[in-house]
Amino acid sequence: MFSTGILAITPWPFVSALLWFVILVAVMYLARRTAHQAIHTATGAMSRGLRLAAHSVAHAELRLAERNREVLLAAGREAKERVVEREFARVGETVRKDLTHYPALHRALSESITRIEEDHQKAVDVPPEAPGWVRAVEGVAKLDVRNGAAEVLADIHKSLVKAHNEAMQMYRKASAERHSLLRAMMPEWRAIQETLGRVNKCVESLLARSVTIDRHMQEYEEIVRGQDRAVSVLSSSSVVQFFVSSLVLVVAIGGAAINFSLIARPMAEMVGGTSFIGTFRTADIAALVIIMVEISMGLFLMESLRITRLFPVIGALPDKMRVRMIWITFSILLLLASIEAGLAYMREVLLQDELATGALLRGEADGALQNEYLWITTAAQMGMGFILPFALVFVAIPLETFVHSLRTVLGLAGIAVLRALALLLRVLGNGFRHFGVLTERLYDLPLFVPLWLESRLGHGAQNPEVASTPVGEVRS
Amino acid sequence: MRLRLLALVLLLAACSPTASRHTGVYLLLDTSGTYSGELQKAEQIILFMLSRLEPADSFAVARIDTGSFSEKDIVAKATFDDRPSTANSQKRAFAGVMREFVNNASSSQYTDITGGLLQAIEFLKEKESGRKSILIFSDLKEDLAEGYVRDVPLDLDGFEVVALNVTKLRSDNIDPREYMARVDTWRQKVEKSGGQWRMINDLERLEGLL
Repeated sequence: MFSTGILAITPWPFVSALLWFVILVAVMYLARRTAHQAIHTATGAMSRGLRLAAHSVAHAELRLAERNREVLLAAGREAKERVVEREFARVGETVRKDLTHYPALHRALSESITRIEEDHQKAVDVPPEAPGWVRAVEGVAKLDVRNGAAEVLADIHKSLVKAHNEAMQMYRKASAERHSLLRAMMPEWRAIQETLGRVNKCVESLLARSVTIDRHMQEYEEIVRGQDRAVSVLSSSSVVQFFVSSLVLVVAIGGAAINFSLIARPMAEMVGGTSFIGTFRTADIAALVIIMVEISMGLFLMESLRITRLFPVIGALPDKMRVRMIWITFSILLLLASIEAGLAYMREVLLQDELATGALLRGEADGALQNEYLWITTAAQMGMGFILPFALVFVAIPLETFVHSLRTVLGLAGIAVLRALALLLRVLGNGFRHFGVLTERLYDLPLFVPLWLESRLGHGAQNPEVASTPVGEVRS
Repeated sequence: MRLRLLALVLLLAACSPTASRHTGVYLLLDTSGTYSGELQKAEQIILFMLSRLEPADSFAVARIDTGSFSEKDIVAKATFDDRPSTANSQKRAFAGVMREFVNNASSSQYTDITGGLLQAIEFLKEKESGRKSILIFSDLKEDLAEGYVRDVPLDLDGFEVVALNVTKLRSDNIDPREYMARVDTWRQKVEKSGGQWRMINDLERLEGLL
């Protein structure tokens, strides 16, 4: 209706349309500057706003990254301090265990060496003395035989043989003594060798520890200086720890679920099977509370043992109090584990009772038959009921890792989100700027005729000026 | 202070009594001469009900005889214990009582179904069960003795009435309209009294009963 009216201003619709187009172009040409300004202002404002937002988000990202870096470095510093502390404790333990006995060791070594020296002195091979009567024999040998020297010589020969035999016997005896002394030295040598070996091992262990401590100290210094390499290592390590601890926690949740199913049914015998708290069965809540208490006791036990450090108050307790706490938490855990074993047994009894009742109600004759291997499942359930609470104690370790790494991982995720948001805002800001330019061009598109005329007239207006300029002036 | 108040409110909300979740079932067994032969099937229903009922649920079985509005007609009744093991013992004892009843039941001369319904309503209201079901194991042919007045309004609001094993009489075979009219009369009676009506004749498909 409206379009028909518009096209009816002249008898010819085409002419009417052309007329309207000319009017529209004229109006648009007249309003061109204002329209361009409006487009420019609107898109520019949007662009600037978005770029400002992008800048703000980028700034927030930087602040978050800085904070994450600080958290990471602090966590890394703390972890390294713990590692170095433990290494020193191990060194101290080694020194205490091995080197406290060093004076005794040294004394034993000295005694062994003295004994060896003494034995060595005793074992010196003394050459047999030359018989003093050899010259006398020579003198007698020069005597004339006829003067009765033959008998003398025979006596001398006899004495000589006898003396020789005695000397040989003495020599053999002395040699045997020396050999026995040398044999007695062998255990001493071995003892010395063993002692020296122990000392060597201890020293090598200390050297190895010192190398490890050096390495850790170097890493610690890098963390303290806040080097990028340290941050990068800590960051990747934190992400790995996050996923590993998550996996272990999922496994632990599975264990807790099995534990829950073991005790939820018999709990109905204790707290009733039909009472509810809200929409949950009281028996289920009671079973869940027992498992939660077990996990809490496990946490306290691990804290008291200083394996985890989730509660600094427990770690800072005096040693005497801490040991008491260890015994108390362990006793409660033992009690709860025993209760769970009892409940697991009760579960089997209830299950058999229900099966028997069900069979009776179904009219099955063999419903009351007992399985002769039933004790195996009963024992297995009781064993699981007893062991699972203690197994859940170790949840504290991955939980601590998860909590610590979660901060870093959340920070990294936040940084990634902020970075993506900043990029998006920047792209949108630029997009609006280009959109403004494009809109101006599109606005100008139907105005190409007046714009062409304007440019022609503009050139025409400029050329006469150039033409009217004196030649001399131009040349100058 | 606000946090403490909030915690107190939450605690009270958690401990506040909620609507009863327990089920109450009252089974009426027709022991009239025309129907007493069907009683063996009733045992099957009773055992099925016992297997389905949970601790703290209530179950009663009563016979329909000449005057059924009486506690004396209740053959066995039990509100199962909160503890599952005790509830199982109760179920076994209940099943034993019912087996004995079914084997030794004597047939009655008249059939007072309305009186049985009144007794069932009274019993289940007393138990304050969340879900109340009345099962009528009968051919629904009411036959009142002279002098018994049963033209009384039934308050079946919140009740579900299930007719089980509604057998056809010899006369129904001749004129099925009698059977249909009988069933329809009971349906209207129950629904006008605010109850829900159902009929299950195939005893192999009792799963939808509860």
